[in-house]
This record gives sequence, structure tokens and C-alpha cells, in this order.
Amino acid sequence: MKRIFFFDGSGPPFGHMLLALGGYLGGFDGNFLWNRIGAEYSTNVPVWSLRLLPALAGALSVPMAYQIVWELGFSHCAAVGAALLILIENALITQSRLMLLESALIFFNLLAVLSYLKFSNSQKHGPFSPSWWFWLVLTGVACACAVGIKYVGVFTYLLVLGVAAVHAWHLIGDQTLSNVRVLCHLLARAVALLVIPVLVYLLFFYVHLLVLCRSGPHDQIMSSAFQASLEGGLARITQGQPLEVAYGSQVTLKNAFGQPVPCWLHSHQSTYPVIYENGRGSSHQQQVTCYPFKDVNNWWIVKDPGRHQLVVNNPPRPVRHGDVVQLVHGMTTRLLNTHDVAAPLSPHSQEVSCYIDYNVSMPAQNLWRLDIVNRESDTDVWKTILSEVRFVHVNTSAILKLSGAPLPDWGFRQLEVVGEQLSRGYHGSTVWSVEEHRYGRSQEQKERELELHSPTQTDVSRNLSFMARFSELQWRMLTVRSDDSEHKYSSTPLDWVMLDTNIAYWLHPRTSAQIHLLGNIVIWASASLATLVYALLFIWYLFRRRRRVCDLPEDCWLRWALAGALCAGGWAVNYVPFFMMEKTLFLYHYLPALTFQILLLPVVLEHISDHLCRSQLQRSLFGALVVAWFASACHVSNTLRPLTYGDRSLSPSELKALRWKDSWDILIRKY
Amino acid sequence: MPPAVGGGLAGSELRPRRGRCGSQAARAVGPDVATEATARSPKRPAPSSRRFEAPGRWALLALVTLMSFATRFHRLDQPPHICWDETHFGKMGSYYINRTFFFDVHPPLGKMLIGLAGHLSGYDGTFLFQKPGDEYEHHSYLGMRGFCAFLGALLIPFAYLTVLELSQSLPAALLTAALLTFDTGCLTLSQYILLDPILMFFIMAAMLSMVKYNSCANRPFSAPWWLWLSLTGVNLAGALGVKFVGLFIILQVGWNTVSDLWHLFGDLSLSMVTVGKHLTARILCLIVLPLALYTATYAVHFMVLNRSGPGDGFFSSAFQARLSGNNLHNASIPEHLAYGSVITVKSARMAVGYLHSHGHLYPEGIGARQQQVTTYLHKDYNNLWIIKKHNTNSDPLDPSLPVEFVRHGDVIRLEHKETSRNLHSHYHEAPLTRKHYQVTGYGINGTGDSNDFWRIEVVNRKFGNRIKVLRSRIRLIHLVTGCVLGSSGKVLPKWGWEQLEVTCTPYLKETLNSIWNVEDHINPKLPNISLDVLQPSFPEIMLEAHMVMIRGNNGLKPKDNEFTSKPWHWPINYQGLRFSGINDTDFRVYLLGNPVVWWLNLLSIALYLLSGSIFAVALQRGARLPAEVEGLSQVLLQGGGQLLLGWMMHYFPFFLMGRILYFHHYFPAMLFSSMLTGLLWDILLRLCAWSLASFSLAGHVHTLGILSLLLGIAYSFYLFHPLAYGMVGPLAQDPRSPMAGLRWLESWDF
Repeated sequence: MKRIFFFDGSGPPFGHMLLALGGYLGGFDGNFLWNRIGAEYSTNVPVWSLRLLPALAGALSVPMAYQIVWELGFSHCAAVGAALLILIENALITQSRLMLLESALIFFNLLAVLSYLKFSNSQKHGPFSPSWWFWLVLTGVACACAVGIKYVGVFTYLLVLGVAAVHAWHLIGDQTLSNVRVLCHLLARAVALLVIPVLVYLLFFYVHLLVLCRSGPHDQIMSSAFQASLEGGLARITQGQPLEVAYGSQVTLKNAFGQPVPCWLHSHQSTYPVIYENGRGSSHQQQVTCYPFKDVNNWWIVKDPGRHQLVVNNPPRPVRHGDVVQLVHGMTTRLLNTHDVAAPLSPHSQEVSCYIDYNVSMPAQNLWRLDIVNRESDTDVWKTILSEVRFVHVNTSAILKLSGAPLPDWGFRQLEVVGEQLSRGYHGSTVWSVEEHRYGRSQEQKERELELHSPTQTDVSRNLSFMARFSELQWRMLTVRSDDSEHKYSSTPLDWVMLDTNIAYWLHPRTSAQIHLLGNIVIWASASLATLVYALLFIWYLFRRRRRVCDLPEDCWLRWALAGALCAGGWAVNYVPFFMMEKTLFLYHYLPALTFQILLLPVVLEHISDHLCRSQLQRSLFGALVVAWFASACHVSNTLRPLTYGDRSLSPSELKALRWKDSWDILIRKY
Repeated sequence: MPPAVGGGLAGSELRPRRGRCGSQAARAVGPDVATEATARSPKRPAPSSRRFEAPGRWALLALVTLMSFATRFHRLDQPPHICWDETHFGKMGSYYINRTFFFDVHPPLGKMLIGLAGHLSGYDGTFLFQKPGDEYEHHSYLGMRGFCAFLGALLIPFAYLTVLELSQSLPAALLTAALLTFDTGCLTLSQYILLDPILMFFIMAAMLSMVKYNSCANRPFSAPWWLWLSLTGVNLAGALGVKFVGLFIILQVGWNTVSDLWHLFGDLSLSMVTVGKHLTARILCLIVLPLALYTATYAVHFMVLNRSGPGDGFFSSAFQARLSGNNLHNASIPEHLAYGSVITVKSARMAVGYLHSHGHLYPEGIGARQQQVTTYLHKDYNNLWIIKKHNTNSDPLDPSLPVEFVRHGDVIRLEHKETSRNLHSHYHEAPLTRKHYQVTGYGINGTGDSNDFWRIEVVNRKFGNRIKVLRSRIRLIHLVTGCVLGSSGKVLPKWGWEQLEVTCTPYLKETLNSIWNVEDHINPKLPNISLDVLQPSFPEIMLEAHMVMIRGNNGLKPKDNEFTSKPWHWPINYQGLRFSGINDTDFRVYLLGNPVVWWLNLLSIALYLLSGSIFAVALQRGARLPAEVEGLSQVLLQGGGQLLLGWMMHYFPFFLMGRILYFHHYFPAMLFSSMLTGLLWDILLRLCAWSLASFSLAGHVHTLGILSLLLGIAYSFYLFHPLAYGMVGPLAQDPRSPMAGLRWLESWDF
């Protein structure tokens, strides 16, 4: 909104962009802190327009439900039933009335399924017609949008792909088509369902990065190079630095791992204690640590071991992969050193220090070989920000590594840095990159200290390509681990099927009006039941067909199977994966699955009435039952309305009466 | 045979299942077509040579077996010190010999077999197996290594027979055998006291017997059919009994059986009764029999290990009561809790341990600076707590006072016996789980404040009942904040001695984390009862052992800042494992696949997918293939499909696993991949020869191709054999080393 870069591990940017678009159209200036649930919106927030898009998406889901059931080949009656069920489902209403992403996700899921159905129906009479192309491409775009809102959208995408693959396989077996024509069909599908979604998805990121060009609170998660490409923040400092690191350069070295916190290689006057608390001894030399704040003590000077001067020659002599260098600590002019002394907290590794000659037969071992990890050739130059380097100790072949352990009080709780003898292998904690950089000009220590205190500036700017930025952002999104915390309203997937849980969204500050995410329990229970009935009937028919007993005519069977594949399949793919997820789960994660399950409900009912009720009497009886059942669903929906809309205050006794299940958590004020 | 891949294709279901006779798909086209094919193809053995085939096959099998044994047993005694995981599995073998109870994340069969082999070969279980590199000295270790090498050597004849059965082609089988014999990785893994050779033996045996019984499918319920079917079941039980990875081969056999049954079910010439018989036979042999055997291994396991050992603390109190030497064995303790009792409190969640405190404070910055409270798996005096009334501090053991029992719903105070501090909680966030409250030890000599009061509740009981030792499941609810005492199961950092965190959770949901039971109970004023009534039944023991193993497996998480092997490293042979030795003076053994074999395998999988999909699409388009090619494509799709499925089953699940992974986990998948390679190259070369049939020399293409592959593999083994048989001298990055030119990837560090 304010074009500030932010980072969200839960989903790609499209959903957030949709919300922002709504706000933008309503004239929202982004000046509101969304920090507390229940905070009143100030007058400059166009709540209505921010909530418009989700509500619109939720509202459009209703006619789409109708269309899907109709396109599946079932009657108008069933289609109307599906739409009405979606309409009176309280949980879906609640979710789409607030600024949340689920309703948009459901909308695009349904759109993908619907347009695929339209496409496959038009396959029979007009392949390659404009409407055929339109629905095919729309399927791809809708899939990309669903994935772009939340990653769970990927499961629906896979389902549609799977159904499309089965249809394509039948197409290959269709020997009335010529080879060329089959190839055309396959290519069209591949382009529309594989290439277009990827392009659309990339487009979201492109817009995301284009809009969010200012640095924001989550910068530190990204690499230096990424940060440098954002306006403000690091870019302000690094803009105009020399690119190539030369002998005599003054640099700060940032660790690439960023765990537990991003930090810079640091040293200071204090020395390691002679004896640690546990009785081991140390070299008593100057401490080298990793420090998570910018500090003048983070500056190091790259020195050629063969020469004494610490300034950059003219022309600068660049440092290349494989060169042996010394690192001089800027403020104390001591050399980075490691030796066969156990490190303070990781006794298996070597201690790293800045060398002080105590004259105790411990010679300086301060030569480091530069190993550029992401080099393209063996003669690559060490570049600011872009190069990821490792420092390999020449004498012991140990590698400079951040162990991540915080030192005790004597080390000011900074992070421990060690030299580790490792087997080969890449790990972020051994990799460092130059963040700030300038060519040193002063040979005298006093002048140099002044110089180190002054901010850096020179010229040359660089930009990462979009693809590099995209891949880094995507990778970080997928790998960032949020700690699994418990939440009062978190639940497990098993609680969802029979609605054993709820979420309180809002409570009026004074009255007891409140909004809950709470479904229509009649619909939830019967939808789950319908899924079970469907599965049993399907298996029964399948076995009978295997023994050549056909209860259903062929086209009816195919319709039945396709409806199951899309609706029951849609439910399964949106539900089952949650069992394997380790993050905190909430009831609203179940809503996409529920939507598909609701679509299945009228399908099963119609099937029972058409094929299982043998006499007219049975059929009428069944119809009456369905009407009664639907009336009860309406009644439940109406009863729960105060909790859905939060529009009127309820007395404690009314609230108690609404608490139908012990596991529901309805807030009752104590007076 | 049931087509593993073809069964999934929509088109193939409609094709009649042409004679399930003969064990091969290539012949399945019928005898007339086969003769026609042999007449046309110079490479097919002519009918006249069939007479010599049988002895020839046996000779070849003997040769393959001989080669395999020769390579596996060569220099088996080197190095005479502990290599890598021998330290674990050798130790566990010793535990069986000494009959002490231990805990491991794998099921017991593999270690039991190692123990048995050691026992039979005269090893007395006295070697300590402390750490890799320790010399065996006078201890007899060759029996155990020999046993593993024996099973490892049998893999190759098994693979040979499996491929022969699937493809009916000697060259394919021979190629497979060569790939495995000359793979340095398989060789290294077979030569030490490890579970992997045993696991792979059972996996391959199961695969072989499955393929054999598939080929008997035209003679159902005959003796060989029963034999192979039940052997499959036995081997499945074996595979699962060694490691849980055995589950994958079970899935594969299960898939094969289901598709087989599906075909039988669709065969209208069979009556429902016959189908029912088929179903029952399979349930009997593939479900009941393996389960019975698997359970039997546990029965033996618990029977043999009847002495208390290092694994006690992982198990529940009732479980420990059956181990001799444990303080709960034949113990008798007072039954009901009373004020003044000294108790230990154990978490109901498995492998969490006892409520513990010690004279160390929480470090500054982490909640209040008060004494730490943790859970600890081992028995210790610091686990002892005294139950006191919340409002008086009088000594309840004063003989003048009457005994007063603790009842459900009472408010109590728990005083730590060693440090005399009270169990305490307050509104400070817990050290790791930030949303919970911190639990500390507080007060001096039992005098604290109202934050020391806890209400003791028994789960699912009425108020006022007494609380039973061991059997009552209790919750401790903090009176002031209303939170529940629980263990989060997270490991504290160094300042907490890597014990587990204890918190007070404000979420009142009933989970095992917040349920405890009283284990030890000392109260001189109460009469003791015997604990034998508590002995758990065998199913309970089984269940508990599995829970503990699964938790242990999940607990093997890689630590941050640690270099770990990723599944995608494996097939490209990215990095090996050091079995022994690091420096250039050591005797070094390095587990690394023969790169020629592995990269050939990788290429073959790609080629297989390509050629397989070409054939599948061609068949689906209804193309008429010449009989020769038709036969080959059947072998490729069905036999190869099974092998590919095996590879995928044993490889892809690792991507989903959160636990720490090692390179050697890939080896079962590698066996399948090698078999696929053998089968594929034979077919490709035959196709090549067939398409060049107009040239005069075309007949030799196949022979020459197979021969050059065999020779190439053998030569690469000659180059890389020091990896497995051990090397001394400079490391390979040193140009003076004999291995210098062979470090083809920078990530290999031998």
C-alpha cells in the first residue's frame, strides 16, 4: 500500500494485492496500523471498499455453484439446491464479509473447476472454437490466481490437471482423430494449463516487486543483494559503492545464514578470558564475534600479505578467487587469526581471534584463502554484495563459520564465530558477503579511524534481474519456518469435519455482540455424510461393473464419476494435505474443502432420488424428507445469524442457548 | 502377470488377459508368435539351443553367486576397528547377548539377528563398542561381519533371478548382477555390522518371491504358488522387522496384490467363490502371516531382554516393572497418595520423563531468575518431590498425626526434596514456548507464596477420590493463573542441560502433555502393595514400544548449522559417507557408489521414462507393432514398470521425511534402479539390433553392447575398489595419491 516491502510466509502476493486494490479504489491512504483485533477503524479507512472484493468473491461463488452442478449434467433442481446451500452457509458468509483471503481463494477454485467443465463440454461440439479457447485459458488463469492467493490453491490446480490428463489420455486413444489433430489438442492444453499459469504467477510477483520498491520491516530476511535493490534502507548506503573488492578495501562482512539473527563479523578490544567457567583455557587474544547491529567495529580491511600498506593503489588491484589475504580489523589494526585452540562454546572447532603476540611460542596464523562460492570461473573477482565468499584458513584449512551460539557476559552476548574443519559442503553459516565497501585512502591509524566513522559513498549502482529476485523471494517464502505456536482457536483437521470448533473474530467492546466463524452444522454434518455415501456407492458400482453388472447406464455412470472426481476429489485434495502440515491450523483452512463437499450434496441427493428410489411413492417421500431437511438448515442458519453478522447484542442466556456443542467457545461476558 | 503399469491405463483393461502362462510377458503373445519371433530374430535363442539352456543358466547363476561372495568376503576383517554405525548395532547385538534392555528407533529383528550371529560365532558380548575407531583386539567380530556380508552377497543372485524372471533374458540379468557386484557402495555397505544388508536382503527376497508367485499365477493353489506367496509374506515381515523402511516394499507388494485381485475379480470365468478363495489366501499369507511373525519378533525381543538397562527411562512406569534390576521390578509401594509422601512424577507423554528440578537458576533475561524446573529422562534424586498441604508447613510425617490421603481436587504444594523449593508458576513467559507461563522452583525451606499452590485433579474421576500410584492420570492446575502444568517436549539450550522444558499452559485442552502419573512413592506410614498387578499385557507393550520408536524417529531432527544429506544428492552420488578414518595416515573406507554405475542408472531412468511413454502412447493410439517389438514393449512396460515403481517407492517418501537423512538410505532404491538399468539396456540393444536387421553385422550389436557395458563396469570397479577395500596414504586432493585422478566431483572427500 505504501509501497513498503513486506514479507509474508503464508502466501504469494496476489491476495494481498487484491485487498490493496480495493483500498486504493476506495481512496485509502494506507495510514492505519493494523495492530489489534477489535480496534476501531478511523475515519480515513474505507472499510467498505476494502471489504468489497472479498464480499464480491463470496457472493459470486453462489451462482457459480449453480453453474458447476448444472454443467456436471445434473438437474436445475440440484443446481439451485447447491447454490442455496452455499448461500445459507454461515461460515462462508462470515469469512467473505471480512478482509480475508479465503473467499477469493474459493472463488478462483470454483472458477477453475467451472471453466474446465465448460471447456470439456464444448470439446464435443466445437473444439478450437473461440469459446473453447476462452474457457481453456480461463481455467489456466483461474488456477494461477488461486495459487497466487494461497499456496493451498495448488491442490485444486493439481486436481484440474489430473482430470485434464485423464481426458487427454482418452483423447490419445481416440483413433478417429488424426495424429496431427491429437498433437494440436495436447499442445493447446499444455500451453493453457501449464505455460499460462506459470506466466500469470510470475506476473503477480513482477507487479509485487514493482509496487513494493521501498524497504520495509522484513528486509533482513533477504540477502544483501536483494535488499540493495529496494529503495531506501540498505540501498541508500550501498548506492555508489565500488563493485570490485581490492587490496586495501574497507568492508563489512555479513553472514549469509541469517540464523538466529543476521549479523556482521565483528571484533573489539576485549580479549577471551584466560580460563572459561568450565575450566578450559583460551588463547587470551582479542575476541572475534558476530554482531547483529551496525557498528564501526564491523569494518575490516583486506590486506595483501606481501605488503604493509592498507590503502588502495591506483589503479585498484582486485582480489580474485583463490587469492590469499589477511583481514585487518579497522579500529584495532589486528589481524584475523585462528589456531588449534578450542573455541569457547563449540569445543570441537577452532577459536577465531584477532592476533596479539604474547610471545608464547604461538605464531600468527592469519592467512586466509578466498573461496568465492558462486563464482562463474576460477578467476572471478570478489564483488561487493554479489559474491558469496568463504574464508579458508591456509594453515589448518578451517573455514570461518558462524556457530550461532551467544557468548556469555564476557563476550557481551554477541554470537560466537569459529573456524571449523569441515567436510566439503555448502552451508550458509560459512558464507559471508561484503555489504558496505569503500576503497581505503588513509595509511595513518588516526585518519583511518575518522574515515571508518564517516559514511560510505561513491558511485556505481547495480540491479538484480527480475528472475533472480523472483527466485530468491519465492525460495525464502517456501523455506521460512514460522514457529509452530499454539493459539487459543487453533484446531486439528479432525475437528473440522463435524464442526467441533469455532473461531471468535470480534467482540463488541461494550455489548456482547460478536462475530464467530461458525458453520451451519446441519449442512456440515449432511455434507460429510453425503461424501461417505458417495464413496460407498461409488465402490459398490465399481465392483458391480467389474463383474459386468451395470446398474447405471454408461453416460449416467460417467457423469457420476466426473462429479465425484471434481467434488469429492476437490474436498479430499483441499483437506487431506492439512494432516501433513506442521503449522498452526485454523477452522477457516477447511472452507475450500467444505465448498466442494457442499457441491457434492445435491448431486448425491438427486442420484438417490433418481436411481435408488424404486417407486413413485418412495420418490415423493424422499422429496419430502429433503424439503424438511432443507428447512431445518435454513432455520439453523437463521438462528446462528447474530453470530455471523454480529449485528445485535445477545443476553448471556441466549448465548448459552447457542452453545450447542461443549467444544464451541462462545464468549459470555461476566457482569 | 498383473501389469503394474498397464493396469493403470484405461485402454489395457479392456484387452483380454492373454494367457497368464509362462512367467514372462514376452512369451505371453502365445507360442505361435514366439516361434515366429525366434525365427526372425537371430538373437533369440534358437529352439535347438534350448536343451543347453537349463544347465547354462545354473552355471551362470553359480558364477554370479561366486563373484558376489568373492567380492563381499574379500578383506572382510579389515579394518579391525569399529567403523561408523557398527558402534550402535554391534553394541545392540551385545545387549541381546547380555540380555539388558535398551531402546532404539528401529524394530528389533535386525539387531537380534546380529546378536544371534555374534553368539553363534563365539562373541561373548563383552566388547563395549564405545566409539568408531576402537580396536576389536581379541574380540571375535568376524562372525557378525560375516553374517552381514553373507546376506549382502545374496542380494546379487536375488537381483539376477528377479530380472531373469521379469525379462526372460540372460543378458539383462547378467548386466544387473554385474552392476550390483561391481558397485563399491553396495559392497561397502555389505561388509560391516549394519542393519542395511539385512534390510536389503529381506526387501530383495520379498521382491523375488513376489515376482515368482506372479509367474505361477496360471497354476493357482499349486504347491509352488503357495510357497512363493507365503515366502513373500515371511520376507515382508522380515523387512519391516529390521527397519520401518520395510513399509515401502509392503506397499509395493500390496499394490501388486490389489491390481492382481482386481484382474481376477474382472475375470468373469471365475466364480465369486474362487475369487473369494484367492482373496482369503492373500489375506492369510500377506497380512496374517507377516503380522504374526512381526509380533513374534517382538515377543522374542521382550523375552530375551529381561534385565534393566539404559533404555528404561524411555518407557512408562508400568512397562519398567517387568525388567529385573529396575527399582520397580517386584517392588511394593503404598497404593494411595498421602500428604508427606515422597514421589516422582512422570509425564504421560512417552519419552518425556520425570518432573525434575536442580540447583541452577534460569539465566538472566529468560523469565524470572528462579530455579529451573525441567523434565529429565533418567532416574535421579532431583526427581523427588514431597506433597504438602498448601496452608501448613508442619511435617506430615510426624507420627503423632493421622495419615491424611490426598484427594481429587485438593489444593497442594509440591516441595522439591533436594533443594526445598516449591513448584511455582507465574505470569512470565516460558523459555521456549512463549505463549505458556514459566515454571520455577521458589521459596526457602518450603515457605513461598500463593503462586505455589496447585490443584491436583484425576482425569475422568469424581471429586473426593483418593489418588492411586501409577494408575491415576493426574493434572496439576495452578490456582492463581488457572494454567495446567505440562511439558512442551522441547529441548532447552545448554543452560538447561539439554533437558526438556516444563511450562504451565493456559490452554486447557486435554493433551498428553499435561497429564502426569506418580511413579515412585515413599511413605513409611502406609502399607505397601505389590506392583505385579500392573504388569501390562503384551499388546500394550507392543503399542507402547511402537509409540516410543515413532517419537524417537521424529526426534532425530537435524540441528541448525549442521551439514545434512539431502535426498536429491543421492542418485547423483553427490557425497559419500566416511566409514573410517579421516587423515592421510588412517585406514580409510568411504561409502560411495561406483559413479559409472550410478550415473548409468540415472541415465537409464530418464531413458526408461522416454521409451516407456513412447510405447504407451503408441499402444494407446492403437499402432500395430511387429510381434518382436510387441513382446519387448510388454516386458518394458510391465516388468520395467514394477521396477520403476519399486525405485519410486523406496526413494520419493524420503523427500517428505523431517528426520535426519543419510546417504545410505538410498541403497534399497538403488537396487531397483540397477535392475531397471539391466532390463532396459538389454531391451534397447535388442530394439537396436532389430531395427538394423537389414545389415549383416546387426546381430552382433546386442552382444557387443552388453559385453562392452560389462567390461566398462568391471573396469570402473577396478578403478574405484580402494574406496571399499580401504586405502592408506595421501588424500585424493593431493596429486601424489593413487586416487588423485578419480576425484570427479569436488564434493567427494576421500
